[in-house]
Amino acid sequence: MAKSLRFLLPLGLFVALVALLFFGLGTDPRKVPSPLVGKPVPAFTLPTLQDPSRTVSDADLRGKVSLVNVWFSTCVSCRAEHRQLMAIAKESGVQIVGLNWKDDKADALQMLRQFGNPYHVVAFDQDGRVGIDWGVYGAPETFVIDRKGTIRYKQIGPIDQTVWQQTLRPIVDQLKAES
Amino acid sequence: MRLTTLPAAVLAGAVLLGLAGPQAGGPALGFTLEEFTFDDPAKQTEFRDLIDQLRCLVCQNESLSASQADLAQDLRREVYEMMRAGKSKKEVVDFLVARYGDFVLYSPPIKPSTYVLWFGPLALGLLGAVVVLRTIRNKAKDRDTDLSEAERLRLAGLLAQGGETDPRPKGERS
Repeated sequence: MAKSLRFLLPLGLFVALVALLFFGLGTDPRKVPSPLVGKPVPAFTLPTLQDPSRTVSDADLRGKVSLVNVWFSTCVSCRAEHRQLMAIAKESGVQIVGLNWKDDKADALQMLRQFGNPYHVVAFDQDGRVGIDWGVYGAPETFVIDRKGTIRYKQIGPIDQTVWQQTLRPIVDQLKAES
Repeated sequence: MRLTTLPAAVLAGAVLLGLAGPQAGGPALGFTLEEFTFDDPAKQTEFRDLIDQLRCLVCQNESLSASQADLAQDLRREVYEMMRAGKSKKEVVDFLVARYGDFVLYSPPIKPSTYVLWFGPLALGLLGAVVVLRTIRNKAKDRDTDLSEAERLRLAGLLAQGGETDPRPKGERS
């Protein structure tokens, strides 16, 4: 190396370090990548929210592209994304399965009555055990499932229009195009 | 990013209660570890150690044993029940890692994606040592070549006259 340029080496290393730390500032430590992405959905059987005598299971997630949305009624961000879920249900025709997580049944039903029901079916996970199998640690969380029942993406935090248009919708469209 | 979690309210409640002190009365809102008991004291210790080494995903700088998050209580119960059922520490850890990823472990495992984390500081230290050693050796070499041949001769000449120079300042010379 030309000796005259050698003094630039520490400066270069410093700039690289600053770039790395700056990148770190932009990432959200609350978003913990899920090890379940790329794996089949965890097996589960739960009663539905509306009718305890009916059940919903992982089998219902096969054969169709689905969104599995984890929510509970007192969760502010879940309420915030509810309208977007209604719009998605209307516009895209993707199957949206709700996982009502550690909630009060009456409150949950009340919320769906008040704001509408975007879900094909809502599984009622009162004690949160199915949530643990899905690696849920805070609502809202949304999983994108392909036709074979494989988890392809996990959205942590509320879905707004930007998230839907720029992230989730392209994935859903791509999965629908897959045979 | 705003994640809303049930535990926030519980935590806030617990904090308020804590500030109000025991005089405030009423039942405590917080979770304790009292419900998790084992007949075997060794198992009890193992359980406490294990939940100390696991991270709560809601309050990310708290261990599973310390967190007042609702989810932490669920996970403690899960760990407790698995251990009661005779599952080993490794089985419990594998169960949680399969669902929540390595992030639940305070001590990350050594594998290719964490080599930089584990060995990076050592590599940087070694690199620093190499740089320091090389610098010192180069300095030493430079000293040998400080004087050119002409300067060396002149120095030898000056030293030869050394007997004539008086080290005392001029004024003190007799």
